[in-house]
Amino acid sequence: MSKVTKEELLSVAELAMLELTDEEVEMYAQDLSAFMAYADKLNELNTDGVEPMTHALQQVNVMREDVVADVLDREEMLKGAKEHQDGEIKVPTILSE
Amino acid sequence: MNFETVIGLEVHVELKTNTKIFSPAPSHFGAEPNTNIHATDLAYPGVLPVLNKSVVDFGMKAAMALNCQIADVMHFDRKHYYYPDNPKAYQISQEDRPIGEHGWVEIEVDGKKKKIGITRIHLEEDAGKLTHTDKGYSLVDLNRQGTPLIEIVSEPDISSAEEAYAYLEKLKAIIEYTGVSDVRMEEGSLRCDANISIRPRGQKEFGTKTELKNLNSFNYVRRGIIDEVKRQEDVLLAGGVIQQETRRYNEATGKTDLMRIKGGVADYRFISDPDLPEIHIDEDWKARIRAEIPELPDARKERYIKDLGLPAYDAMVLTLTKAMSDFFEATVSAGADAKLASNWLMGEVSAYMNAEQKELGETALTPEGLTSMIKLIQDGTISSKIAKKVFKELIENGGNAEEIVKAKGLVQISDEGALRTMVTEVLEANPQSIVDFKEGKGRALGFLVGQVMKVSKGQANPQLVNKILAEEIAKH
Repeated sequence: MSKVTKEELLSVAELAMLELTDEEVEMYAQDLSAFMAYADKLNELNTDGVEPMTHALQQVNVMREDVVADVLDREEMLKGAKEHQDGEIKVPTILSE
Repeated sequence: MNFETVIGLEVHVELKTNTKIFSPAPSHFGAEPNTNIHATDLAYPGVLPVLNKSVVDFGMKAAMALNCQIADVMHFDRKHYYYPDNPKAYQISQEDRPIGEHGWVEIEVDGKKKKIGITRIHLEEDAGKLTHTDKGYSLVDLNRQGTPLIEIVSEPDISSAEEAYAYLEKLKAIIEYTGVSDVRMEEGSLRCDANISIRPRGQKEFGTKTELKNLNSFNYVRRGIIDEVKRQEDVLLAGGVIQQETRRYNEATGKTDLMRIKGGVADYRFISDPDLPEIHIDEDWKARIRAEIPELPDARKERYIKDLGLPAYDAMVLTLTKAMSDFFEATVSAGADAKLASNWLMGEVSAYMNAEQKELGETALTPEGLTSMIKLIQDGTISSKIAKKVFKELIENGGNAEEIVKAKGLVQISDEGALRTMVTEVLEANPQSIVDFKEGKGRALGFLVGQVMKVSKGQANPQLVNKILAEEIAKH
């Protein structure tokens, strides 16, 4: 039976940018272990020759025409930003690429 | 030690649809910051992405033109990462089932033809643009967020900087002909990253590769690869090892600089996007798009050589951009000689475009204008010297060569009587030159021709001047 270790939980938390207390780490490790146990149960099924299902709904080809609509007003939109300057949203610098 | 270079290119191309891939906000370059935005682009609660049908059409067209097999069924995946250029914290892309696979383009380097494989082409969305300040904050413009892209991943079939350049040039030309993108590197609608490794010649396994970014022009792609290959050779020859890392081309130094070392494979936690149902592409849809693909550069090149009798070099240069090729065809259709049209387009027209930094469409020259001038040269109405004056007028102010020649009085003088009068005048004024010529100084004749041209304000028919001069000198 799969068990989620503390290290695994912390690395998943880091990817999700979550800061967890020790109690939370304990709690989530238990919860996730239970999920994994359930996944193990599903893995017992023989799925040879069954196409993977990527979507729960049967709809296909949901598309729209290439026509402009519902563009937001910039001033309205910027009200949702904590800080802005010259029409741009101000964020702390994080250097990546 | 003798090394062999292995290069794979990842090319991103912006599709020029009216709206974004998953939202109905306008998708175009150069708008005021944050004015082309829909709630979906900001990942507001409750929004749902809906795929733009034109993006599938455009992506399929490009993939077909690049000889890819088109998917019967495709879907979109989420690639998770946190960065302020994308409010959703994931990019919608195609990981498992891309729109096209197994394509190729043919390139030619030093007269040798080679097929470069295309592993896959997938649809995805672009991210917003960040401007970093030196004060600890960055400014975010989300206009570009959601701009439709195709990513074209090549096989590691490219073995030199020249081949990489040729591949990119061919890719750009083919996509430009299909009309799905402007493919302008300077505006970012064509972007290129290179995966580069080297290995001792004959070795089967690939060497460790580095990824090279910031290749913002065709020349930087070439120079960046040359420098990175050299750097890897130096490291290996000094007994070092190549680290798997991302490097950026430094335009100022012409060298590549380390950006970051890749520690293991980045975990993007791909999942299929439940917001976007599968796309099924049936044979009718494929046939409709296939029928829309115009004649591509290689086919045109062949036709110019076979049907119009152009040299291979001319055919290659003329078909590099669709604008030039279309202009050439219109000029030939208007009745110009193909080789003369080619000479003018590759010579004076290209020189003017380079000097003025203008696209062909930004000049006043029309195919009809160019044709009218070529015809006047062919029937002897104007000399090639006068043609240059007419050409300047045509490309700067437009119009028709006949009208320009009439308005400016530039018609070539081919009237023998008038020319003979001029020749006689010149000979009377320059008796010493006649003596010089008779003593065998060939230069004297050139001087006399020049004098006649001067008297005629450059309009005398040079062949006739030569003939009449010879006749008149013989009389002395």
